[in-house]
Amino acid sequence: MTCDEAEILLHALADGELDAGHAHEVEAHVATCPRCTAELAAVRQMHDAIASADLKFTAPPLLRRRIEAALPQPQRPAAPTRRFVLRGFAMGSAVSALAATGLVAIVLSKDDQQRIEAEIVSAHLRSLQAGHLTDVISTDQHTVKPWFNGKLDVSPPVIDLTAQGFTLIGGRLDYVDARAIGAVVYKRRQHVINLFVAQTSDTTQHTAKMDTIQGFNIRRWGERGLKFWAVSDIGADELNEFGTKFETAMSANKEG
Amino acid sequence: MPLNKTDDDPERARRFRELALPCLDDVYTLARYLLRDPADAEDAVQDCYLRAFKHFDTYRGPAIKPWLFAILRNVCNAEFARRSTANTKAIDDAPEAAEQPPLWREAQETPEGAMLRERDASAIRRLIDALAEPFRETFVLREINNLSYREIAEAAGVPVGTVMSRLARARAMLRAAWMAEEEPSQ
Repeated sequence: MTCDEAEILLHALADGELDAGHAHEVEAHVATCPRCTAELAAVRQMHDAIASADLKFTAPPLLRRRIEAALPQPQRPAAPTRRFVLRGFAMGSAVSALAATGLVAIVLSKDDQQRIEAEIVSAHLRSLQAGHLTDVISTDQHTVKPWFNGKLDVSPPVIDLTAQGFTLIGGRLDYVDARAIGAVVYKRRQHVINLFVAQTSDTTQHTAKMDTIQGFNIRRWGERGLKFWAVSDIGADELNEFGTKFETAMSANKEG
Repeated sequence: MPLNKTDDDPERARRFRELALPCLDDVYTLARYLLRDPADAEDAVQDCYLRAFKHFDTYRGPAIKPWLFAILRNVCNAEFARRSTANTKAIDDAPEAAEQPPLWREAQETPEGAMLRERDASAIRRLIDALAEPFRETFVLREINNLSYREIAEAAGVPVGTVMSRLARARAMLRAAWMAEEEPSQ
């Protein structure tokens, strides 16, 4: 090693940033070179001088308070949305009093919807953990779609939306509500979109609804006896765009 | 625009507070060295925290400090841009120009192994403040904020090799200035 090579590596050595092999090489050079020995000593001396002086600043208390005040208060109760209020009724003693009014039925189906969406988000989170995003990896819809055959009681529509900015990356078998469910996986930039597909006896068209759970956006809709949930961390508008493009492609593609 | 409707999600706010607020002194310290003005630093830090909270979804870990520092840098760069349009006097924030070799060769003229005279914190701060960007930033991230090379690279958005060369040059410049001040004849 020459002095020129050692010049920068000396700093990395002093900072403990070199792996054992390089550290050994630099140390071997320093041992034979008075100039680099002095240089290394100078680096260490300055480091010590800087470390022993108190050079950090402390944020003014007023700044801290200003920032804390600007952030949403963690203990502040969430705004009472309709769902929140209804769930409150469902859990409270008001249930029996309201049973006759039929409101409970609405509440329970709402609650069921919530529970399934929570499970969908859990399934999405599980899929992001290492190594289990896809069971079948393919950007080809004609590979992904047949893969589901025999694994589910539905044949999930697999539509390639690469041209629309959503890349098909594969499919996966998942479990939601104690039932096997198909998940078709897309990517938008670095974001994963899981599209869960399940069967429903309801063949009427359900227009899309957006929801947010644990910071994930969900778009759910129903069509031709199938229920769809698209889940992702991308913004609500982008996820909505995904759903719209999927629905458009599906109605254009009867094979879907 | 991935603006999630989660600004009022209490869990998200709680997690952000837990992770980001303990770094406030570090973020403020970096802001002081980058902007060299206490009032500007306060504004930048507040702006940084609000932006960080808004974009908390983009934080992927593991360490939150480099991520916060990267946001602070953006805020400070915007401030520099505003200043340079506000008055015609240019700020020494031209990385390309500063990246040009030497200016600092005088470091080699200092007697090797000569001891640095001990200085108090305010004198050292003054010396650091006199360093040009991007060397000041790299130096502060390493020596005062104690980031690893990889974390500095993440915060500053440059390769690790660049971090190493900037750090070497920053130390050489600082040492030269430190020694020069000790000779009253200069």
